[in-house]
Amino acid sequence: MKNEKTKKGLWKSWALLAGVLLIAAVLLLIFPDRQTAARNTIWQYFREMIAILPAVMVLMGLFSVFVTKEQVVRYLGKASGIKGLLIAILLGSLPTGPLYVAFPLAAVLLKKGARISSIVIFLSAWACIKIPQELVELQFLGLEFMALRLILTIVFVILMGVSVEKLMTLGGRGKTGGTRGGGQHELESI
Amino acid sequence: MSITVIFINLFALFCLVFAMIKDRAKAKQALIVGLKSFVQILPTVLLIVVIIGLFLAFAPPARVAQFMGKQAGLAGILVISVVGAVLHIPALTSFPLAASLLQKGASVAAVAAFITTLTMVGMVTLPLEIKELGIKLTLLRNVLSFVIAILIALLMGVIL
Repeated sequence: MKNEKTKKGLWKSWALLAGVLLIAAVLLLIFPDRQTAARNTIWQYFREMIAILPAVMVLMGLFSVFVTKEQVVRYLGKASGIKGLLIAILLGSLPTGPLYVAFPLAAVLLKKGARISSIVIFLSAWACIKIPQELVELQFLGLEFMALRLILTIVFVILMGVSVEKLMTLGGRGKTGGTRGGGQHELESI
Repeated sequence: MSITVIFINLFALFCLVFAMIKDRAKAKQALIVGLKSFVQILPTVLLIVVIIGLFLAFAPPARVAQFMGKQAGLAGILVISVVGAVLHIPALTSFPLAASLLQKGASVAAVAAFITTLTMVGMVTLPLEIKELGIKLTLLRNVLSFVIAILIALLMGVIL
C-alpha cells in the first residue's frame, strides 16, 4: 500500500512537471524574446544539478542503510551533557528523509527519557544540517554562504534546544504529553 | 567542471568504496535506495529547474530587489521567512531556487532566511508533529526556529 502511495505521488510530480512545461511553452511562444534567456538558465541549472544529484543520492542511500533508526535511538537515548548535544547534532546530520520521518523517532526518544534539548537539537539538525543537503548548498551558494550558515545554525540550534528544555520544564511536568498515542507502536518495534 | 562538483563526486565515491569494503550487501542495498530516491526526486528537480528558468527570464530584477533586496529590510526578510515556512518542497531543490533569487537581486539575508525556515519550520507537517510530540513542544520548536532563522539571516546579511 505504501508503494502504491509513492507511485501515485510520482505520477503527480510528473503530471505537475508536464503542466508547468506546457505553461512555459505557451509563455515563451507569446514572448519569443525571452526564449534564449529561459533556455540558457534552464540548461545551466539542469547541468549544475545533474552533475551532483547522483552523488548526493548515493550518499543518502548509504546513510539510510548504514545508520539505522535503532542506532540513533540507542545513542541519543543515553546521551547527556555537552557530549550529548554534539551527538545529537552528529546523528541528526547523518540520516536522511524528510523531517516528518524524524517525528515518530523523536517521540520514541522522549518516551525513553532522552533530554528535550537533545531531541530538539536532533530534529533541527535533521532538518537543516544534513550532509547531502550541505553539499547541494555548497554547489549552488558557494563555500562562504554554506559554511557561515552552517556555523550559525549549529550555534543557534544548540541555544534553542537548551531554551526549549528550560521552557518545557518551567511549565510543569507534562513533558511527554502528546506522545502517548503517537509513539506507541514505534516503541514496540524498536 | 567546477572543483565543487569534483569534490562532491569524489566524496560520494570514497564513501561508496569504503561501504563496499565494509559490507558489500549493504552497499548494494544503499545503491538501490539511492536509485529509488533519484527516480522519486527527479520530476521535482526538473520542475524547479523549469520554474527557475521562467523566473529568471520573466521576473523584473527591480521588483525582486524591491521585495527581497537590501532595501526591503526586515519586512522583506519576514515575508520571505513566512513563504519558506509555508512552502513544502524538498530541501534539496531549495538551494538552486535560492541561487536564482540571489542572481535576481535578492539579499543574502533574505535568501538565508528562506532556506532556513523552509527546512526547519513545517506548516504542512504541523499536525503530524503535534500528534507525535505534543502541542507545546511543537509550537515552541517551530516558533523558536522561525525566530532563529531570522537571527541567522540578519547575521549573515551583516557578515557577507
